[in-house]
Amino acid sequence: MTSEQKKQIEPRSKFIAWIDERFPYTEMMKEHITEYYASKNFNFWYVFGVLAMVVLVIQLFTGIFLTMNYKPSATEAFSSVEYIMRDVEWGWLIRYMHSTGASFFFIVVYLHMFRAMLYGSYKKPRELIWIIGMLIFIVLMAEAFAGYLLPWGQMSYWGAQVIISIFGAIPFVGEALVEIIRGDYSISDITLNRFFALHVIALPLALIALIFVHILALHEVGSNNPDGIEIKNYKDKDGIPIDGVAFHPYHTSKDLVAIIVFLMVFSAAMFFAPEMGGYFLEHANFEKANPMATPEHIVSAWYFTPYYAILRAIPDKLLGAILFGIAVIIPLFLPWLDRSKVKSIRYRGWIYKFFLAIFVISFISLGVLGVLPAEGIYVTMARFFTILYFAFFVLMPYYTVIDKTKPVPDRVT
Amino acid sequence: MSETIDHGKRHFLSIATAVTGIAGAGFAVVPFLSSLKPSARARALGAPVEVPLASLEPGEMIRVVWRGRLVFILRRTEEMLRRLAGVTEFLRDPDSLNEESQPNYAVNEHRSLNPEFLVVEGSCTHLGCAPLPQFEVTPSTDWYGGFFCPCHGSKFDLSGRVYKGVPAPTNLKVPPYSFTQSNVITIGIDSGTV
Repeated sequence: MTSEQKKQIEPRSKFIAWIDERFPYTEMMKEHITEYYASKNFNFWYVFGVLAMVVLVIQLFTGIFLTMNYKPSATEAFSSVEYIMRDVEWGWLIRYMHSTGASFFFIVVYLHMFRAMLYGSYKKPRELIWIIGMLIFIVLMAEAFAGYLLPWGQMSYWGAQVIISIFGAIPFVGEALVEIIRGDYSISDITLNRFFALHVIALPLALIALIFVHILALHEVGSNNPDGIEIKNYKDKDGIPIDGVAFHPYHTSKDLVAIIVFLMVFSAAMFFAPEMGGYFLEHANFEKANPMATPEHIVSAWYFTPYYAILRAIPDKLLGAILFGIAVIIPLFLPWLDRSKVKSIRYRGWIYKFFLAIFVISFISLGVLGVLPAEGIYVTMARFFTILYFAFFVLMPYYTVIDKTKPVPDRVT
Repeated sequence: MSETIDHGKRHFLSIATAVTGIAGAGFAVVPFLSSLKPSARARALGAPVEVPLASLEPGEMIRVVWRGRLVFILRRTEEMLRRLAGVTEFLRDPDSLNEESQPNYAVNEHRSLNPEFLVVEGSCTHLGCAPLPQFEVTPSTDWYGGFFCPCHGSKFDLSGRVYKGVPAPTNLKVPPYSFTQSNVITIGIDSGTV
């Protein structure tokens, strides 16, 4: 080893050296930041993981400041949110950041998940990353649902009533389970209090722990890329993948551009359309929860509407609840449903592309139908797209086998 | 002391320690799970409520809250009661055979103690929305009056009996109740007599 090379490996200062003897700081930075090699051919689909982290930080930070003024009690919750909006200095901004952040969290996470579907990032050897990611998604749904009750508006109350009642469909234990979730015979102050505990402590902790494991697993196997090729197969004499570039400074500088563009869009939404026409903040929620009257038209938050449409499409309580649950969980099995030899859509045949298009169309259509009233033609359409949604997953073991794939190059293109 | 390691003994001790630990953790879970159940205060708030019926006109309905749940009390007219027999063919459980939906004394066509007064929980048996009272008859849509849930389109007749082909699986629930005086109803207590 030449003296010059040695110099590079040595810690930058005596202080860092002192740290390194007691904590693997330099080693950690190298393994996860400066010497984590990811493919050089990343495209814009690869920014959503970082953006999800950005939104997480926004949510944690604004959430802490909201709890300083929010009161988790049925008598005070609604007015304390109004208090934040009107009397707390800049309170409106902090609250809008949090409410806009919730919607953007789902936009970013849905795109992040779709990226994995495009390039087969869930396939071997990344099955665990995908499973952990799905768990993150489910915890995120629970987190959003618990947070939605907190403003104690009409939609908070009745939305929670409907979603909690889904658990009542479970045979034998359903009713007892619902009572344990609510802690009361109806949704009440007690329910609000415990949802607050879940929203600010339990679920964020679970979320952070899962994200930590998600990234550890990713850094163990290495990132996928738009070609779906393992860059670790071609390494230079130092053991560095030839087609990889260091996460920092190369990917971070690209991510910084994405973060800036994202924050521009985020700010535009937050400042000019924080309610987003009733989709980010539903109009019925500007009225305090009233257990005596259901709003005419109950809609879930927009990010749950595809699943909600499936629930409403089924004219049977138990079956509706089961299909609702399966619809959320079924992507978890993608690594084993997908039998294709290739990962990336670039080398797949028309059959997979056709089915993926069907999936996208059915997911978006269900999302739109979940907002519309459940009557007449809309119910029929929801049933039709429910079948298509499940067809994408259930038929996958067949069509991915017969699909004609193209030869995959050795190196990234 | 022997130089050899008794693997059998070590294995046994490991398993025994693990089992004891799991049993202990199991016991420790009980108080936490129990704390999630309705508390003593929540149960106490579930005390019966008394509702005077003197001012309730025929055809009129009032909403009261019992255990935090919405309860409808409808004073049916003669004409409304006559309509009950006409819709049975459209209903899923016209004879109230599902025992969990009502106390024994409400297993009849009018699903009540006194045919005139219908007492049902205002909570759709599908996903818990509050159904809307729609008592007007519109023959064009086969509607003979009853309750309509705006959330997912479930329909119930004037006895709270569920229609076929809607997401709600069972009839609206009849809470336990009794007439304490001739025109005062107590929800939450039944006298056990018809």
